[in-house]
Amino acid sequence: MATQAGSLPPLDVTRAPEGGEIGPVQSGWRLAFREFSQNRLAVTGLGILAFFVLFSFVGPLFYHGNILTSDLLSTNLPPGAGHPLGTSNQGYDELGLIMNGGQAALEVGFFAAAIAIVVGSLFGAISGLLGGLVDASLMRVVDVFLSIPGLFIVLIVAVRYGASVLSLSLIIGGFSWLVPARLIRGEVLSLRERDFVSAARVAGSTQWRLVRRHLLPNALGVVIVNVTFQVADAILIIASLGFLGFGLHWPHQDWGDLLSNGVGYLQDGYWWQIYPVGACIVLVVMACNLVGDALRDSLDVRLRRR
Amino acid sequence: MIGYIARRLGVAVVVVVGVSIFIFALLHVIYPSPAIDVLGPRANRVTIAAFNKQNGFDDPWFAQYLHYMGNLLRGNLGFSYKLNQPVDALFKERVARSVYLTGVTLVLSVVIAIPLGVYQAVRRNTIGDYTLTSLAFIVYAMPVFFLGLILIQVFSLNLHIFGFEASQSNSIFAIIGDWHDMFLPVLTLTLLTIAAFSRYMRSTAMDVLAQDYIKVARAKGLPERLVLTRHLLRNACLPMITLVGLSIPLLLAGNLITETLFNFNGLGLLFYNSLQNVDYNVLLAYTLIGAVLTVIGNLIADIALTVADPRIRLA
Repeated sequence: MATQAGSLPPLDVTRAPEGGEIGPVQSGWRLAFREFSQNRLAVTGLGILAFFVLFSFVGPLFYHGNILTSDLLSTNLPPGAGHPLGTSNQGYDELGLIMNGGQAALEVGFFAAAIAIVVGSLFGAISGLLGGLVDASLMRVVDVFLSIPGLFIVLIVAVRYGASVLSLSLIIGGFSWLVPARLIRGEVLSLRERDFVSAARVAGSTQWRLVRRHLLPNALGVVIVNVTFQVADAILIIASLGFLGFGLHWPHQDWGDLLSNGVGYLQDGYWWQIYPVGACIVLVVMACNLVGDALRDSLDVRLRRR
Repeated sequence: MIGYIARRLGVAVVVVVGVSIFIFALLHVIYPSPAIDVLGPRANRVTIAAFNKQNGFDDPWFAQYLHYMGNLLRGNLGFSYKLNQPVDALFKERVARSVYLTGVTLVLSVVIAIPLGVYQAVRRNTIGDYTLTSLAFIVYAMPVFFLGLILIQVFSLNLHIFGFEASQSNSIFAIIGDWHDMFLPVLTLTLLTIAAFSRYMRSTAMDVLAQDYIKVARAKGLPERLVLTRHLLRNACLPMITLVGLSIPLLLAGNLITETLFNFNGLGLLFYNSLQNVDYNVLLAYTLIGAVLTVIGNLIADIALTVADPRIRLA
């Protein structure tokens, strides 16, 4: 682009070179967040989850459906005046029951996922870091528990020790930590060979500090993706428990319990006792899966648009 | 390869022993002795203690565990005091039905999910792909019983095509022939399994399509049909083998709920009734069998993968 023979235009350092835009330096998390927020399905999923959290925990403050006194004069009413989703077979308001059920389902879901992630991460990180015989025996323990059908043990413990939010979260978490442990161990095994780990060791870091400050934060991406799937699985398990009749008891009923109450009236055509509750379960689980899939895609460097 | 199989077999044996220790520990903590079931709810402490001493229920736990393992190896799974039969007799009555339900589900799911996944990967980002992916996603998020309820409502109560209760016949041949009653239970389990398998199959097939050898095959002028069957299908089926092995616990859980929903007199319904009756011997025996089946399934899947995939065999 010479205007005169033999001379070049003055070098303009404020204009971008022809290779492309130079943007500001961004951290890995910010790039992942940008990917995530541009995925419309993921944002919808997050919105659905936020809606259900508000619906279950804040909703009862505004909508006072009758869920405590049985009202035998208004049993099995279809949706209509005063009862937007009809009433159950004992006269309780369905919408109020669904709000209440959401509390138990979400509480158990998040609590079980939290237990699963904390226990699984520690187990996997220690196993991956120490390696050798410790690693082999710890992974055999994980194999043993992975072979046992978790739903069966959850049912047996629920029958023996009764069902409460705490006991169900503990036992569901007690079977859900296996998959995060495997995933974290895999991540730690690959991170262990990196230079920053050797540098930290040379600098005198203890094993525990290595796990806490270096390995776990870098494996966090895998952990976060797994949390969302754990929440979805825990909600499905507690719904199944409730449906089989071994879930929580009144007045802390959750969605599965409501479904099991409604199933008996399937042939009578009382659809309002079945389909709204089922739709809530499906929506929440779908939202968790959407968010989890999008997180996994946004943290995967190969799919990133640069 | 023989070394690999021998090592896997060794690991499987260790896992089965570990599972039996866990199940026995659970049994010992929850249900230390059947004294109250045998002697009646009004038995006093002296009688219970005498019963325990006589039948070895107050031996040290290690001796009890060896006794339990000895029984297992001889095929004696325990005795159900609520139904007054040995547990293996109860299982023998019902195993054919559960095997039929689960077997048909597995076969149908694999046969349908593989072509479905390949179709979704080949016709990626078209209307067909989007519809199938969304459908699979919605079905994957449903609990088993809700899907079953919807199917019952639509096909049985509204359209009157199929029956809403599974076949109650005693003969396995009558059950196999009774498609009117068995269609919905099989459909419920199959749809869920297909939803899970086709998601995985789609992503596997997409990964395979991005490989270089597919490009070479197309560049050589191989017809698309042959590219798909000769190259894509064979390579994409390999992770499915592992997936089938890993999905056995899910099939067992789905089996339990489906049999309860459709009142199908198989092992799942036996488990549910034993939960109501609080019959721990049956419950823990079935859990042990489920765990052993899972270990065997994973072992077979690993060996099959080693045989089928030369990259692993020759590594």
